Amino acid sequence: MMSNGTDKIEYVSYLEHQGKYSGLRSWIFATDHKRIALLYLYAIATFFFVGAILGLLMRFELIAPGETIMKPQTYNGIFTVHGVIMIFMVVIPGLSAVFGNFFLPILIGAKDVAFPKLNLFSWWIFIFGSILAVASQFLKSGPPDTGWTFYAPYSTTTGTSVIMATTAAFVLGFSSILTGLNFIVTVHRMRAPGMKFFNMPLFPWSIYATAWIQLLATPIVGITLLMLIAERLFGIGFFDPKLGGDPLLFQHLFWIYSHPAVYIMILPAMGVITEIIPTFCQKKVYGYKAIALSSLAIAGVGFLVWGHHMYTSGMSENARWFFSLLTFIVAVPSAIKVFNWISTMYKGSIDLKPPFLFALSFIFLFIIGGTTGLILGSVATNIQVHDTSFIVAHFHYIIFGGMGFAFFAAIHYWLPKMYGKMYNFKRANIAWGSLFIGFNLLYFPQFIIGIQGMPRRYFDYPPQFQWAQIISTIGGVILISGIILMVYNLIMGVRKGEIAPANPWNGSTLEWQIPSPPSLENFDEAPVVKENPYDYI
Amino acid sequence: MDHNKTHITEYKVLAKILLLLIFCTFLTISITSFNLAAFTVTIALLIAGVKGFLVLSYFMHLKYESLLLRILVGSIFLLFIIIVLITFIDYSFR
Ligand code: HEM
Ligand SMILES: [Cu+2]
Repeated sequence: MMSNGTDKIEYVSYLEHQGKYSGLRSWIFATDHKRIALLYLYAIATFFFVGAILGLLMRFELIAPGETIMKPQTYNGIFTVHGVIMIFMVVIPGLSAVFGNFFLPILIGAKDVAFPKLNLFSWWIFIFGSILAVASQFLKSGPPDTGWTFYAPYSTTTGTSVIMATTAAFVLGFSSILTGLNFIVTVHRMRAPGMKFFNMPLFPWSIYATAWIQLLATPIVGITLLMLIAERLFGIGFFDPKLGGDPLLFQHLFWIYSHPAVYIMILPAMGVITEIIPTFCQKKVYGYKAIALSSLAIAGVGFLVWGHHMYTSGMSENARWFFSLLTFIVAVPSAIKVFNWISTMYKGSIDLKPPFLFALSFIFLFIIGGTTGLILGSVATNIQVHDTSFIVAHFHYIIFGGMGFAFFAAIHYWLPKMYGKMYNFKRANIAWGSLFIGFNLLYFPQFIIGIQGMPRRYFDYPPQFQWAQIISTIGGVILISGIILMVYNLIMGVRKGEIAPANPWNGSTLEWQIPSPPSLENFDEAPVVKENPYDYI
Repeated sequence: MDHNKTHITEYKVLAKILLLLIFCTFLTISITSFNLAAFTVTIALLIAGVKGFLVLSYFMHLKYESLLLRILVGSIFLLFIIIVLITFIDYSFR
């Protein structure tokens, strides 16, 4: 075991460091990337919890046909709010704002991000946008009922608080853009002396690719939402055919952002998995360059496939086959990563600790999500299942099974570094088990009834689908219990857990060479840059 | 950051670019007096493109920056053009 840095005499960790402010203000005005990361973590965890409760409420409504616990309009509001919170406030910022902020600078041997104050400002914008989003639920006009996609012309005509909700998404977008900008400059300018692009670990690579998407795609949704607001307020005819607009223009603009946005969610997740697998196999990552470049390829080609959300919308025939072709191409770099992860495990000395369990289940769930994505990418099959619960199952496998499980993997992997404490493994394993079982029980049946025609975003259904809805609701309860157990275990770990050594997993990247928790400036001596960051035998 | 390497543009150059930009603005206004049908927008956009290019090169110093930075900015514009073209695969065949 490596030496524990905390026994150095004058050593002060970032958690204890006394800056200009003390108490709460030393957090909400912190410019240290590590403290900002924790600010995001607490905010996002709270929103996730709220979103999850809303999801559970929908599940209870769907346990039987007809009205069970809420009115149809309440259901419309809840699925919209659930979507807005989960997409814009949880999974889009999620990994890059929390773990990107904390570990991008450390992994490239930097003291902080390039613009620490801008970083804090991004968090404040995020909080401001989130308050607007939550407030939209309580306005007199009632919660927005358009779905998180805000499709026009319904969104320009419904009486509910669409303006507030879209303003919230607009504001949240700024936080995302500024974070992306910050990370791009950080990667270009702040790498430790001697670290070239191809000496960086792969998590920074994925954060870098993500940052470009954040910077370039987010303004498009921003302007689209402004156009929507202008149409509602001033009757300018962008989208509503009655005013001479084109509703498909909204869908184009929305998905030009929102498909790349799904890669904002999943690329950092892939990066986390790429860090965890070599550590728990004690083996050099297989195909370093292929993984690094496939991140860039995903970011690039991911910009060109948005039309696969619009096959049934009346888009031209030529556009349909073109988008279908490109969608199949974008699946290739994702598949490359999966092959590389599995090849890394091959003949490794595998250690089934909690982070690795989460990483393994990520691969399993991501494969299901990815292959069903191809079913959706091909026009003929898409038309059959579009707007059914098959879609719901697909994107939950990708977003929750993928991004969500990667988030859980990351927190189990890096918590000892972030807090200098360790959680209980046995409880973590039980939580993982109930998360994994609950998740599959919840979403897999939705594939089956989706193919049979269960529509998405419906509050009611014919009795023939009830068997699956019951299984799903049971799965939802198991899943929530897993989440509660996991969060409890992590909090107990931070508060009462054993002191964690500097390198509990015998990892090889830079974060494991510094004490846990790190000092304010991360590196007290210049870090040693390795040719290959994963230099196990 | 090493400030000693930054390039300082002379005021004379900046003033010339400013004049050029103002001239372009008048050009944009004046073409509206000709009836060029759909081409009015095309020409206006072309002029705007030239103006953007000038601002990026001189006021934002891209002309004096490293090749990497120029390639990055260039590829953003390429991406933008590709996205517009792809959108028109829908609009022109509907
Ligand atoms: C293997 C790559 C993927 C392919 C081929 C793919 C394909 C598709 C297609 C064609 C649809 C449209 C279905 C329809 O509405 O008819 C869709 C929906 C969706 N996908 Fe994926 N996808 C992939 C990966 C991802 C990833 C990585 C994410 C997020 C992290 C994601 C999130 C979503 C979401 C949120 C929707 C639903 C959008 C809505 O509300 O309509 N997908 N996917
Ligand atoms: Cu998509």
